[in-house]
Amino acid sequence: MNKKQKKMLVRIIISLIATILLLTIKTEGLLRLALYLAVYFYIGYDILSKAFKGIIKGQVFDENFLMAIATVGAFVLAITDGSGDYLEAIAVMIFYQIGEWFQSYAISKSRKNISALMDIRPDHANIERDGEIIEVDPDEVGVGSIIIVRPGEKIPLDGIVIEGSSSLDTSALTGESLPRDVSLDDEVISGCINMTGLLKIKTIKEFGESTVSKILDLVENASNRKARSEDFIARFAKIYTPAVCLSALALAILPPLFILITSGEMTFDDWVYRALTFLVISCPCALVISIPLSFFGGIGGASRAGVLVKGSNYLEALSKTKIVVFDKTGTLTKGVFEVKGIHHNVLENEKLLAYAALAESASSHPIAKSIIKAYGKKLDLDRVKDIKEVSGNGIIAKVDDKEVAVGNDKLMSSLGVSYHDCHMIGTIIHVAIDREYAGHIVIADVDKDHAKEAIMTLKEIGVKKTIMLTGDKKEVGEYVANELGIDEVYTELLPQEKVDKVEELLTKKDPKDTLVFVGDGINDAPVLTRADIGIAMGAMGSDAAIEAADVVLMDDDPLKISKAIKIARKCLGIVYENIIFAIGVKLICLLLGAFGIANMWLAIFADVGVMVIAVLNAIRALYVDRL
Amino acid sequence: MKKTYKIDVDCANCANKMEEAAKKTEGVKDAVVNFMTLKMIVEFKEGYDPKEVMSRVYDNCKVVEDECEIFY
Repeated sequence: MNKKQKKMLVRIIISLIATILLLTIKTEGLLRLALYLAVYFYIGYDILSKAFKGIIKGQVFDENFLMAIATVGAFVLAITDGSGDYLEAIAVMIFYQIGEWFQSYAISKSRKNISALMDIRPDHANIERDGEIIEVDPDEVGVGSIIIVRPGEKIPLDGIVIEGSSSLDTSALTGESLPRDVSLDDEVISGCINMTGLLKIKTIKEFGESTVSKILDLVENASNRKARSEDFIARFAKIYTPAVCLSALALAILPPLFILITSGEMTFDDWVYRALTFLVISCPCALVISIPLSFFGGIGGASRAGVLVKGSNYLEALSKTKIVVFDKTGTLTKGVFEVKGIHHNVLENEKLLAYAALAESASSHPIAKSIIKAYGKKLDLDRVKDIKEVSGNGIIAKVDDKEVAVGNDKLMSSLGVSYHDCHMIGTIIHVAIDREYAGHIVIADVDKDHAKEAIMTLKEIGVKKTIMLTGDKKEVGEYVANELGIDEVYTELLPQEKVDKVEELLTKKDPKDTLVFVGDGINDAPVLTRADIGIAMGAMGSDAAIEAADVVLMDDDPLKISKAIKIARKCLGIVYENIIFAIGVKLICLLLGAFGIANMWLAIFADVGVMVIAVLNAIRALYVDRL
Repeated sequence: MKKTYKIDVDCANCANKMEEAAKKTEGVKDAVVNFMTLKMIVEFKEGYDPKEVMSRVYDNCKVVEDECEIFY
């Protein structure tokens, strides 16, 4: 509670006690009026003065004005009809203040909660100076400095490990609970928590440019981009209050006038009271506060799950996702090649791999690397000599004084070796030893662990179509699409053709549906910006992806796409619940008030109650763990 | 040019009104008020001095909501 809230709470409690005292002590006439007025002014002076200032500045129709008119009106009615029932006016004012107080308390509380959740900002960095380790502000550490991170501390700046090894807890950034092991020469990003060992890190970015600063900046500013439902409520609030005020005026004048003319009865008192009840209900607070709070909670909850949403508007669009377009490499597949099979070999698998790996030992080509990795043992480089690269086709080298040729079918043909084609999809590497065919190795990109599951869950949550775009060969693309259960696939596309394809899909779809493009953000930035929603994957440290995408998945897991959609739906569900609930209750109260069934008590309870429930409901948006 | 200012305001509807008022101020191209983070982001028109424009924004906001504060 801040000072203002404490002061207000004291005022509310004192006036509640005073009111109860007034109810128990029997007073009459002017003294009674004076005592009640004193309590009334004590609890409502700020509202009255704000209302008065508003009128001077030409700002009628604000909440203060409404409350002032309603309560002053109630006093006047009680005086004119001589009932001396002043309690209503005071009660309305007290409950209005309680409502305002709760609103302010709930907002500051959730503000604090959400910022605590996103508390990944490191508060210091340790650097060594003159043999002593001192703490400095991360802002003061320059690029290329050496920082020391002890176990339990947050890594303050992006950098490369130069000494030590440890496990990192990345859950604050990625939502992934499995720790990541790092050792010498590994890149580490700020915001992770060092769990086990002491690390010495050479920084590669300034604090302002570091991952942690970028993410914080992004999340904090996300709610600046307002969603359509938020704008709708702002517009609604603008016409709602005047409309209710005017109907209150009409209610106070027209029906009693009609009754007076037709039956000659004076019923003004009764209708003025109903009109005042109207004014109490006319405050749009519940609506206006609960909508941005829901979005704020949704964005906060998503970022905890490792999904950064750059604006409320994107969260809204994401909830309507009907078509998901994927890039293949790096998105659904790991983008790293692995040996998938060894066929037609005359030697044992291991021996063939050893020959191939030794021949490829000097190459940095991804295919060579995957063969060396599959071999897995230390290469005895003394066994290799005379490595000759046949550009684009393969390598010929002397291994154990045998001529080993490793490469594609063209290389085999040029050596006059007959070879076998393969039934498997992927890159085929033939091996010939001393011009004798020794078999082939199949190398292919591997699907990500959750790729298939990710497509399945998307279908389960009602995504109509999944499409894959790839620059890869037709057979490879179709094979992967088939394996993962993707509906449509377009292959052999250049980057520009991917944009064209997405544009074509955009014109064909229902404008209410959202088309999402998911890419790794490296070479598909134009497509990411062109789609309704661009989702970039595995953005840890990739600035391009954070820039171009609307939604950023912090880890590589494609399952997070459906999670993001579910979070968006939950958040939007809460938003609609609040809109319907708040407007609904208000309309019912207005109706009851117009027929004289609801009195001012009910009106103020409805107003404050709706707000409390809407705010509590909005806070629910923050909790997304079980989605 | 875009600048972000810290603000203080009590209710969400008042924040909306401040946004409206800021948008209508001379020299302001666009304005967004974020009630949750209590920030006002003002985009200025070309050739206007932010300081001068902000004092007008402040006055206009004071008209619609007496209890608001903009730190500029």
